Amino acid sequence: MCLAVPHRIVRVDGNEAIAEIGSIKKKVRLDLLEDVRIGDYVLIHAGFAIEKLSVEEAEDILDAWKEIEEAQNEG
Amino acid sequence: MRAIPLKLIEDLRNLNVSRPLRFMEVCGTHTVNICRFGLRSIFPKNVELRSGPGCPVCVTPASAIKIGVDLALSFEKTIVLTYGDMMKVPGPTMTLADAKARGGRILSVYSVVEAIDLAEKERDFKIVFLGVGFETTAPSSAWAIKEAKRRNLKNFFLASFHKLIPPALEILASERTLDGFLCPGHVSTIIGLKPYEEISKRHKIPCVISGFEAEDIIIAMLKLIEMAEKKEYMAFNAYKRAVKEKGNIKAQELLKEVFEEEDTEWRGLGIIPKSGLKIKEEFSDFDAKIAFKIKDESVKDIPGCKCGEVLKGQIYPYECPLFGNSCTPEQPVGPCMISSEGSCAAYYRYGGLIEP
Amino acid sequence: MIKLDHGSGGEKTREIIERLFLPAFRNPILERLEDSGRMNGLALTIDGYTVKPIFFRGGDIGKLSITGTVNDLAVSGAKPKAIAVSIIVEDGFSEEKLERIISSMAKVSREVNAPIITGDFKVVNKGEVDEIFIITSGLGEIFYPQLGAEYVSAGDKILVSGPLGDHSLAVMGERYDVELPEGFESDCAPVLDLVEAITRIGGVKWMRDPTRGGLAATLNELAKATGKEIIIDEEAVPFRKEVLDFCEIFGFDPYHLASEGRFIAVVDREMVDEVLKIIKKHPGGELFKVIGEISQNEKSRVIVKTRFGGLRLLDPPRGELLPRIC
Repeated sequence: MCLAVPHRIVRVDGNEAIAEIGSIKKKVRLDLLEDVRIGDYVLIHAGFAIEKLSVEEAEDILDAWKEIEEAQNEG
Repeated sequence: MRAIPLKLIEDLRNLNVSRPLRFMEVCGTHTVNICRFGLRSIFPKNVELRSGPGCPVCVTPASAIKIGVDLALSFEKTIVLTYGDMMKVPGPTMTLADAKARGGRILSVYSVVEAIDLAEKERDFKIVFLGVGFETTAPSSAWAIKEAKRRNLKNFFLASFHKLIPPALEILASERTLDGFLCPGHVSTIIGLKPYEEISKRHKIPCVISGFEAEDIIIAMLKLIEMAEKKEYMAFNAYKRAVKEKGNIKAQELLKEVFEEEDTEWRGLGIIPKSGLKIKEEFSDFDAKIAFKIKDESVKDIPGCKCGEVLKGQIYPYECPLFGNSCTPEQPVGPCMISSEGSCAAYYRYGGLIEP
Repeated sequence: MIKLDHGSGGEKTREIIERLFLPAFRNPILERLEDSGRMNGLALTIDGYTVKPIFFRGGDIGKLSITGTVNDLAVSGAKPKAIAVSIIVEDGFSEEKLERIISSMAKVSREVNAPIITGDFKVVNKGEVDEIFIITSGLGEIFYPQLGAEYVSAGDKILVSGPLGDHSLAVMGERYDVELPEGFESDCAPVLDLVEAITRIGGVKWMRDPTRGGLAATLNELAKATGKEIIIDEEAVPFRKEVLDFCEIFGFDPYHLASEGRFIAVVDREMVDEVLKIIKKHPGGELFKVIGEISQNEKSRVIVKTRFGGLRLLDPPRGELLPRIC
């Protein structure tokens, strides 16, 4: 159910935008989000941006694990 | 691709688990990725991960396929569009792909946007979109209805078979056979944490929202095991980069504006109260079920097919007597074998747990 | 009823060949189900081309039709000597397009020294074919006969001649309306030169070009033909980033995407280092890679070692490639 892939927005034109994943560019719709800007990373599902990815979180998936590990060590 | 720290794999493999734990991955993409990455072979011995009902194509009742087939074959100047996954799902008479081979106008698309564009271009044709999918996909169907209204496209119709995940989790949790849910990442992107928090509390079951990279799944599993061991009955977000606590409010509002909840049939699970999305009266001009006077008749499940039990996590796909015998991706009996997200297909194609 | 899936090059194609065509036409050469039929030092092959769009990045249906046929001969260890062509177009088809297409055909035919010595041209009512279909047949002289599943044994290495799936992306990119980076092209090209280089010192036991159905179909055919287990290393299989990104977006499996200028070779374990040394020095051979090997197990299947050390089956494609929502 969850094929949704992070893309970077490279052009915005109203509720339409061009998003890029790696070197491939694709038209996407922004109707499900507020205030999407060039450079934002968004999740795309079936042609629609469904969420902006927070960059700090995206930087390191493993942060979440570090937290868990620390909690376990305490426990 | 980032290399996953071996330590993470070792941590999971060697984790001491005090009692047998049975979890469920709710989402079909999790099922596929767990098989594709070969992750089952690194789970601790007494941890079981069952596959759930989160493949939208699998839980769409056979009657939906029949509706698509009838629309394409019995109505003049009508084009049926749907997602690729739906094309080969067995229906009571035939698949959509069969209907296409018989001359029915059926197209598979990547996005509902293509249906709207086609409706604009082909004004003489009626364009019917078969909308399947959960909270992740339903907002785009809601958008399509509003867009058709805005552009005055009187030839666009949606047949909504959209479904909601939390009511299905309620039913599964209430059976008390599971020790935790690995929750679907992108459904959660839309709905946020609250629905899981309620289920966790009410049924004393931990919920962890997971992303789809192998790292995400391993981390979420570690957390789920920890919570089950400590009996922490709450919802934990292990996919913070894509899931906000309150979810996508704009998408939620759009869903509320266009759809209302109704009791609906899930293949294998029966009728689940308030788990379906029906087009509101205000938008009924675009409701294919009304425009084409479709009666949504329940179709009996196929004899011998255990997709229902697979979708509830009661059995593993290979425990179904048809699995790999009379039911294969070439000759599927039930939907779980044909959908790319179906548990049976994932086990069949990737081999589940491979014995060297 | 015949469905699109039956023509997709995957399991369904195999199934219908075994159920319908083999019993009707059965003979010892056809039974081998190889890319060409081989007899009396000659190899004969035929293929129909229906690609849409007919012009794509890095080629067109004409270039593809000659390349595909000469490649089928090359991986059968044969040097193409002559080609026969049948072209069917619909009423109203553009003459300018036809000219471009046949000039690409002529170019490849000259390049590999295989003249088109006979042909046929038909025009049908509009809609009876979609623009243009081309059928090409090639006759080749076998220069390397010791190829076949029966030569393959445990420990042999599996080589691929370069990144896979570029052709599918060049074609599907247009169908799915994505913008590909400047310079990205189909890999569509004759492989004869590389096949001649790699077979020079022997040791090559089996070859196939991973066209329709991709690496997954090719390796599953090998597993079926040999009855052996094949193990490949996920991290070793070369794909361009564009191909992987495209698969991410639409939910395709890169192992199912077609190449039209690559081939897979099974090479004797004892000789693989020597063979690699030679081919890497050959122009265009730098991209060769070992991706896996034939295992000791007599289980007819293909296994992928994932980057996490997990194991999974490499599934043959099961029909038309369709985008997924989920």
